[in-house]
Amino acid sequence: MNNKIEIKKLNLHYGKFHALKSVDMPVRKNSITALIGPSGCGKSTLLRCLNRMNDLIAGVRIDGQVLLDGIDIYSHSVEVPELRKRVGMVFQRPNPFPLSVYDNVAYGLKVAGMRDGSRISETVERSLKGAWLWENLKDRLDKPALELPLDQQQRLCIARLLAVEPEVILMDEPCSALDPIATMKVEELMLELRQRYTIAIVTHNMQQAARVSEYSGYMLLGEMVELGQTAAIFTNPSDARTQDYITGRYG
Amino acid sequence: MKFLGEKGVRRVLAGIAFSAISALLLIALFIIKEGLPFIISYGPVKFLLSSDWQPQAGKFGIWPMIVASVWVTLGAMLVGAPLGVACAVYLTEFVPRRVMGVIKPTIELLAGIPSVVYGFIGVMVLAPLIRSQLGGPGLSVLAGAIILGVMILPTIISISIDSIQSVPNSYREGSLALGATHWQTTHMVTVPAAKSGIIAAIILGMGRAIGETMAVIMVAGNAVKIPGSALDSVRTLTANIALEMGYATGQHRQALFATGVVLLIIIMILNSLAGMAIRKRAGKR
Ligand SMILES: Nc1ncnc2c1ncn2[C@@H]1O[C@H](COP(=O)(O)OP(=O)(O)OP(=O)(O)O)[C@@H](O)[C@H]1O
Ligand SMILES: [Mg+2]
Repeated sequence: MNNKIEIKKLNLHYGKFHALKSVDMPVRKNSITALIGPSGCGKSTLLRCLNRMNDLIAGVRIDGQVLLDGIDIYSHSVEVPELRKRVGMVFQRPNPFPLSVYDNVAYGLKVAGMRDGSRISETVERSLKGAWLWENLKDRLDKPALELPLDQQQRLCIARLLAVEPEVILMDEPCSALDPIATMKVEELMLELRQRYTIAIVTHNMQQAARVSEYSGYMLLGEMVELGQTAAIFTNPSDARTQDYITGRYG
Repeated sequence: MKFLGEKGVRRVLAGIAFSAISALLLIALFIIKEGLPFIISYGPVKFLLSSDWQPQAGKFGIWPMIVASVWVTLGAMLVGAPLGVACAVYLTEFVPRRVMGVIKPTIELLAGIPSVVYGFIGVMVLAPLIRSQLGGPGLSVLAGAIILGVMILPTIISISIDSIQSVPNSYREGSLALGATHWQTTHMVTVPAAKSGIIAAIILGMGRAIGETMAVIMVAGNAVKIPGSALDSVRTLTANIALEMGYATGQHRQALFATGVVLLIIIMILNSLAGMAIRKRAGKR
């Protein structure tokens, strides 16, 4: 089975507002799946269902299933912190903690109860290398993370995620605060990470979806309109609404 | 305000602001003018460090009062700071927003209770309790510390709440998304991020505790001596001024103003320490 995650008949209400309407979607293992669609269609909402970040919002009601390796993450036996260690998230605005570079990366390890200093240091180094930051930052590990340029902050957020060795990485418009060159770097990084992780990304940027993803889902008003290989969706969409969006005739 | 016009309004506001500041300056200047010459003529070392306070005999040493103020204030911080900060953390992080909307105004209301009422409760309830349970006169350093510790709670809680609430939610989300529990997120990310505000809250509370007069007069016992233990009676700097101002004349009166100068200096030192602590933290971030 090469579906890491399977979303089945997922409905989500924010109070009375029906934000996700019976969404079905697979996320394939070791690949990048993109969620595209106009603003407000529910991309972030869907992504945040996959590590239960929506649990934090008052008045949210969720039904349906999200299977991670075949087990429903919304079943009662699932420990949410454990789930989030397996399914990590990178946010739209880089949000490193107001700590040093080192402490940011070590944070997840400390949270997980690791006390062994030398193992922590090793993991910090490996994670920074994994996010292509080691060469830049190896001499400045005790520098405040908030003083880094934005793109390094975002890659630091990826590094701190890699440190806890997640299986799935969720990214909600990870490049929208970055300039084109920094964006390219993060995209290249994603392509490399794909070999070891399963990645789901929300993006506003059609070209980005086309460049990095193998699978795409097009959403509209809380519905999954079309799903499939990115190349197929972009060149030969089967739904007229997708066609309109791709060719820029939407809205 | 139409008849004043834009410029007129601005002038009026500037005048009000300026007179408030100048009133403050005038008070400070007046105290210094009355007190400083005495400190110089009597000798600052003798004034500050001698333990003899006998106004009739012309002896004015305020060391016991300084020690008393320090102990009572430190005790109040020991009571008020942990309680206040814990309370603020609990209310911001573990209580639903709606409940918080009811509790916070209530806490702020507590700040409005006159200090004489706190003093009254101290005299009627706390002091007898200390006397019967722990011994000593009851009216003591301990009683003063506890009453002041409670009095400064609203200040500490309310400013700490503001600073914890202003921590960006993205920090919390980032931490939770890494698999941290709610409590880990609170004590490893949220509270450290709010630290400068919490320190400011504690120092402001400390300023209140040092300056408080009525309640300490009522509960601390007012004996002019260096306390041997927390159960002894003491007289703070503020109590000293308030108790004797009514009948003091001549040199005695000047000595009380000089006590005021000392208070002023202590509070100024405290405030600049607070400022430095906050700036240092801000610089680190
Ligand atoms: N906390 C919330 N409470 C109520 N409604 C919400 C909440 N969060 C999102 N919504 C609504 O749910 C819908 C989907 O929001 P979502 O953020 O998932 O959209 P999106 O596709 O990510 O949009 P964008 O591209 O602008 O990020 C929107 O109509 C939004 O107004
Ligand atoms: Mg979004």
